[in-house]
Amino acid sequence: MYSEAVMDHFRSPRNMGVIEDADGVGEVGNPTCGDMMRITIKVKDDRIEDVKFQTLGCGAAVATSSMVTEMAKGKSLDDASEISNKSVAESLGGLPPNKMHCSNLAADGLHEAIKDYRSRQTAASAT
Amino acid sequence: MDRPIYMDHAATTPVDPVVFQAMEPWLKDSYGNPSTMYTAGLIAAGALERARASIAERIGAQPNEIHFTSGGTESDNWAVKGAADAQQNKGRHLITSTIEHHAVLEPLEFLEKRGFEVTRVPVDNTGMIDPEDVRKAIRPDTVLVSIMHSNNEVGTIQPIAEIGAIVREAGAIFHTDAVQSAGKLPLDVAAMNADLLSLAGHKFYGPKGVGALYIRNRVRITPLMQGGAQERRRRPGTHNMPGIIGMAAALELVTDRMAEEGPRLRGLRNRLWEGMHETIPDIAINGHPTECLDNMLNFRVEGIEGEAMILCLDMNLIGVSSGSACTTGSLDPSHVLLAMGIPAEEAHGSIRLSLGHTNTEADVDYFLEAFPPVVARLRDMSPVYNKPTSRQ
Repeated sequence: MYSEAVMDHFRSPRNMGVIEDADGVGEVGNPTCGDMMRITIKVKDDRIEDVKFQTLGCGAAVATSSMVTEMAKGKSLDDASEISNKSVAESLGGLPPNKMHCSNLAADGLHEAIKDYRSRQTAASAT
Repeated sequence: MDRPIYMDHAATTPVDPVVFQAMEPWLKDSYGNPSTMYTAGLIAAGALERARASIAERIGAQPNEIHFTSGGTESDNWAVKGAADAQQNKGRHLITSTIEHHAVLEPLEFLEKRGFEVTRVPVDNTGMIDPEDVRKAIRPDTVLVSIMHSNNEVGTIQPIAEIGAIVREAGAIFHTDAVQSAGKLPLDVAAMNADLLSLAGHKFYGPKGVGALYIRNRVRITPLMQGGAQERRRRPGTHNMPGIIGMAAALELVTDRMAEEGPRLRGLRNRLWEGMHETIPDIAINGHPTECLDNMLNFRVEGIEGEAMILCLDMNLIGVSSGSACTTGSLDPSHVLLAMGIPAEEAHGSIRLSLGHTNTEADVDYFLEAFPPVVARLRDMSPVYNKPTSRQ
């Protein structure tokens, strides 16, 4: 039911874990739906220097989280913001249709983390 | 382990070698159509009627009360739609439970859209129906009550004889889906007060694509199909001879083995649970502590999701299913677990082990070795589980 790329990311997830002193944190989904992701990022010179994920969810949820960290790492914040749920799914060779919505939230999680970082920057420069 | 371990016997079972042997001639030289009148057909017709009599005997029925179908889904559909249709001049109210198989629930929804009324009686947190709730739901226009004998997801065994007696007293028709029960519980249609009872061959070491519906004599039921004189015109279509012979052989086999196999599976199941409970914190059984099929163990694991467990177990060559319907194309958690009052997030984190003839003590040992690291790995990955992942 899943592509080989999905199973590969599920079997060996990239960048799993938490960045303890993260510059931005994004959380999407909720346990009631069965899928929840937390993305933490470390930002240096407007680039994503490091990114990690934690995920509760099915195979697709784990694989999309792992894939989004791989796609985002090293990218500028603007470029990383261009990553979409759709492009994550495409990079994985597609997802089963019923998984496209519920389990394909990883890019949203990344965008939330970037938003969190930017709002922290704004707050810091305001003080 | 040098072979895959199969712990999903509630989904389907392998065809037993004895069953295969019984079927083989009917796939080869004995291809006669039992509805024809020359020698080959007469030989097939004889075998067909022996199979019918054998199945009837094992559920306490008369041979002419056994009707062959394509499987459990057809038997359930036929029972529900056929009985409702035949009785609709008497009334259009139907009763079922919240934990039935979709092969019962969806035909009922179909009937609801066509003007029937359906009452769904609840279950408690062990998946048990209170017969008094059925009694209270019965109205003067109730024509059919469909309550499963044992549940396919959590294994809870219903007080079916008691429910059947209430329904009979009220003068309605009583259908029970016994698809999961065959070979695990004694089946006696008289003791159960059943008017209709569904069976599926592949759940008890018979082949797929064959089932039966017991229809008590004098109970009226509209056929789903027209086009032939088979099964006294009630179920037209050329008989699936290999399937029917195989199902009869399988039911003989599991009925004979039941007294031995039940306690053996109960022992394996208990060892599985005790072993897991010792090493993995925050897990709990879904189902009834005693009134449960011997082979069934459905449980929830806090902080992780069912499908991820299934995929990880598959990487260890262990085949199990989810309590969550996620893998079957639906994203909603199991309707059975939700009906039992289990919160959605815990229902998502449930899996079902269902044991059978293929399982040994070595399988249990292997599972107990393989499963705790799977849980630990997924809990490490989980943003909602922040406790130590083992009891050590």
